[in-house]
Amino acid sequence: MGSRSSHAALIPDEDSLRRETGFSQASLLRLYHRFRALDTNKKGYLSRMDLQQIGALAVNPLGDRIIDSFFPDGSLQVDFPDFVRVLAHFRPADDEDAGLRDPREPEPLNSRMNKLRFAFQLYDLDRDGKISRHEMLQVLRLMVGVQVTEEQLESIAERTVQEADEDGDGAVSFLEFAKEEEENGSGRQLVVSTTVCLKTQLPGRFLVMVISVWNYWKLLGIITTTAFIILL
Amino acid sequence: MGFQVFVAFSPWNLLLLLVALECSEASSDLNESTNSTTQHEPNVQFAAASSEPDENIPVFVLDYDYVQIPYEVTLWILLASLAKIGFHLYRRLPGLMPESCLLIIVGALVGAIIFGTDHKSPPVMDSSIYFLYLLPPIVLEGGYFMPTRPFFENIGSILWWAGLGALINAFGIGLSLYLICQIKAFGLSDVNLLQNLLFGSLISAVDPVAVLAVFEEARVNEPLYMMIFGEALLNDGISVVLYNILIAFTKMHKFEDIEPVDILAGCARFVIVGVGGVFFGIIFGFISAFITRFTQNISAIEPLIVFMFSYLSYLVAETLYLSGILAITACAVTMKKYVEENVSQTSYTTIKYFMKMLSSVSETLIFIFMGVSTVGKNHEWNWAFICFTLVLCQVWRAISVFALFYVSNQFRTFPFSIKDQCIIFYSGVRGAGSFSLAFLLPLSLFPRKKMFVTATLVVIYFTVFIQGITIGPLVRYLDVKKTNKKESINEELHIRLMDHLKAGIEDVCGQWSHYQVRDKFKKFDHRYLRKILIRKNLPKSSIVSLYKKLEMKQAIEMVETGILSSTAFSVPQLAQRIQGTKRLSPEDVESMRDLLTHNMYQVRQRTLSYNKYNLKPQTSEKQAKEILIRRQNTLRESMRKGHSLPWGEPAGAKNIRYLSFPYGNPQPASRHRRVAEFTDNDSSDSELPSIMFKEHSQRDLPKETQEIIPMKSLYRGRKPTNFRYQRNTSQEEHVGQGRRAALRPKPLFRAVDEEYESGEESAEEASAIGPGWPPEHRPSREHHKSHSPLLRRK
Repeated sequence: MGSRSSHAALIPDEDSLRRETGFSQASLLRLYHRFRALDTNKKGYLSRMDLQQIGALAVNPLGDRIIDSFFPDGSLQVDFPDFVRVLAHFRPADDEDAGLRDPREPEPLNSRMNKLRFAFQLYDLDRDGKISRHEMLQVLRLMVGVQVTEEQLESIAERTVQEADEDGDGAVSFLEFAKEEEENGSGRQLVVSTTVCLKTQLPGRFLVMVISVWNYWKLLGIITTTAFIILL
Repeated sequence: MGFQVFVAFSPWNLLLLLVALECSEASSDLNESTNSTTQHEPNVQFAAASSEPDENIPVFVLDYDYVQIPYEVTLWILLASLAKIGFHLYRRLPGLMPESCLLIIVGALVGAIIFGTDHKSPPVMDSSIYFLYLLPPIVLEGGYFMPTRPFFENIGSILWWAGLGALINAFGIGLSLYLICQIKAFGLSDVNLLQNLLFGSLISAVDPVAVLAVFEEARVNEPLYMMIFGEALLNDGISVVLYNILIAFTKMHKFEDIEPVDILAGCARFVIVGVGGVFFGIIFGFISAFITRFTQNISAIEPLIVFMFSYLSYLVAETLYLSGILAITACAVTMKKYVEENVSQTSYTTIKYFMKMLSSVSETLIFIFMGVSTVGKNHEWNWAFICFTLVLCQVWRAISVFALFYVSNQFRTFPFSIKDQCIIFYSGVRGAGSFSLAFLLPLSLFPRKKMFVTATLVVIYFTVFIQGITIGPLVRYLDVKKTNKKESINEELHIRLMDHLKAGIEDVCGQWSHYQVRDKFKKFDHRYLRKILIRKNLPKSSIVSLYKKLEMKQAIEMVETGILSSTAFSVPQLAQRIQGTKRLSPEDVESMRDLLTHNMYQVRQRTLSYNKYNLKPQTSEKQAKEILIRRQNTLRESMRKGHSLPWGEPAGAKNIRYLSFPYGNPQPASRHRRVAEFTDNDSSDSELPSIMFKEHSQRDLPKETQEIIPMKSLYRGRKPTNFRYQRNTSQEEHVGQGRRAALRPKPLFRAVDEEYESGEESAEEASAIGPGWPPEHRPSREHHKSHSPLLRRK
């Protein structure tokens, strides 16, 4: 426990970061550890390569796009506050009403709209605020297995855009995208459990508890066990 | 339902049944005749053509008794296999009921035949056969196919639930049955407390693996899956330990009274037996992992070592009166990780299949034997005992589930919901284990053994058939969100995208649980264990070892077949219709959606799908292959575009089809050859690629030698960009600076590196140029070179 608080002091601007992202101290600390673990040669920031080293991400069909979303505007490195800000999108949305919040404050990162915006970015490669048919096709190519032909994909992309496109410009704008998502509510599900709460590291705490109890009773325990063995 | 199954594949079955029937009839005839003529002399040979036994050599001899046991066992297994084929031919059936139902039906059928023909079944099962030959493969298989990581992430809950749950169930059922037995009206007053406890311990050995197949289809969450799996894995061990201790008590009780000291000793023994078993298992696991380190030249004995050491751990533990089951489980879990990296691809496959096969044979035999002993006169039907057993089993399982999970939920970050608990409660399917233990009760100590066996059979039949069949619908019903139908293509696509995104972010965040404990183990593992146990020159992380298993050749074939099969698809017409009309009928949308659902990549699952009776081709591996190849393609594309490397000129058009996906880009031929050549670990396999690629190898060789100098300088100068393209595939753990160098040799991606190295190869100064390149890497490439002379000289 003592080491925990001393670690916490290492995190730069911890308080403001907590206010901004809404992460608890424990979560932030854990993310910080993770950040440092990913940071291979202790540069203090992450490069694309660091993220690409995550094995499971390499086989994620959207791996590249997810990595790209950590590096907005073509930057080559992401520091800890930015890292946390991106992850904050995935905290569960707060239940409180919008009315209760101070309207001057910016919308929290984990709001529904921001979650959707994050997902929208994954489609919108050229950042023009629209998902064109071509961009949709590229996403499909990433996500669909080789068994499907290019023609099929094209027709599906065509159809997907058509379905959501309301103003008839042949592309899906963010509003249209959000509306689409409104209907099926998938944006709300965009919550990643790993970053959610982390009460504490409970199995670990359980172990600590067992060990401390063990320490008290060690002597007695050993004596009884040996007695049993002798009896046997 | 059972009847339907039978009807579905009756033709084969009938045939085989006839054979079996003939044989058993023949043998019973034989037995009768021998009995009548020779007055119970064992092993009398029946010579059909000899009237004077000793003078002439008989022309035709029929000696059925000699082959009876293996003959009938073979027939049973064959029958069960054919039944399984039939079972899986009808596609919806496996989703409806667990496969153990089928085995039991087949067993009952065989039993009916044997009973009908008054034929005595061969003594396949007695105590020593069961514990020495039939049980170990089943347990070994469970331990070996256990998904290690999720298991250890949930180990606290699993131990808590599987260990304590089995104890609560055993003692709860035993004690409450004892109370029931005290009621005079039921006529059970001669069953004493110990016998009841023993019955409780054997009836609490659940075998929920049968329902895992159902879970997989319903895609239940991972902790729940692991709970059930862990229970299946540990429960057997705990029940058997308890059973053996109680048997010992019963034996002792026959001669003297049990004192409190004995009970305490029994408890201590329980702990020691369990812990000692695990200890021996771990030791043997390490030994076998260490030995496979040196088997690269005789890879044919690799599977043998794995099996023999597992079995040895079981035997040694049993010799010392420790729990062999826990030993063999621990052994499998320990060595799996290291052995898989050490052994060759073919041995790995062999081990997997052989393990499945052995366990499936064992289980089939037990189930058939269960069927055989179902039909017959050896039953004692006591309504009160059987009904109360059935009810108490459910009641105590409910109590233990809800009580234990209430406690363990206090310690979990993501507690098990009530739904999860209901599913766990309902998955308490009894299986082969309970029956075997009941069947093996010594008759001398248990005068009412028949009643116990009958009650066990009833419980098994009830749970396997009724619960096993209804649990699928129950899971689907409880899991409401899976059932509502998707509305649009958009939704389908977006939801999957969100899932991938979520999975990706989760990977970025890393695992939360056991973070420090696991980290410590990882460090220890890296520092000591791996150095000792694993061959040198091997990639260091598990995902890399996955790639090691992926063969590029296969991948190429897969891509090709993918292209071929997709051209046969009929949807291009559909596409044209879309262009033309712009209005889609619902059916078209439907078909598109189906296409998407079936072909979109699955979200990564850490728990690989597990099926007790079958090894499915791992779709996740295949998918990983596809994604990796694709990525590499796009990588190369961007590389060529971005940096205009010297070898960037497009090669002949005939190569395109090898590695290109439908939208892949043309590749220079030399790279193909390298890729194919390199991943070609087996010398026997090297023919195919050499044929495939030989047409361009000729042209490429001189070019390569010319390029030595530019490449080398490029390799040095370009280091940063080079790294950028290295998908270093280490499993999300921190990889220190020093270790990265060691991580560099990695299959698949090495294809990229290989290009940089191609110059060095002919100049033979690799170690001087690539400082991070381990020198052990050399010989292996020499090896490959030497194995493809055809390729080189053509």
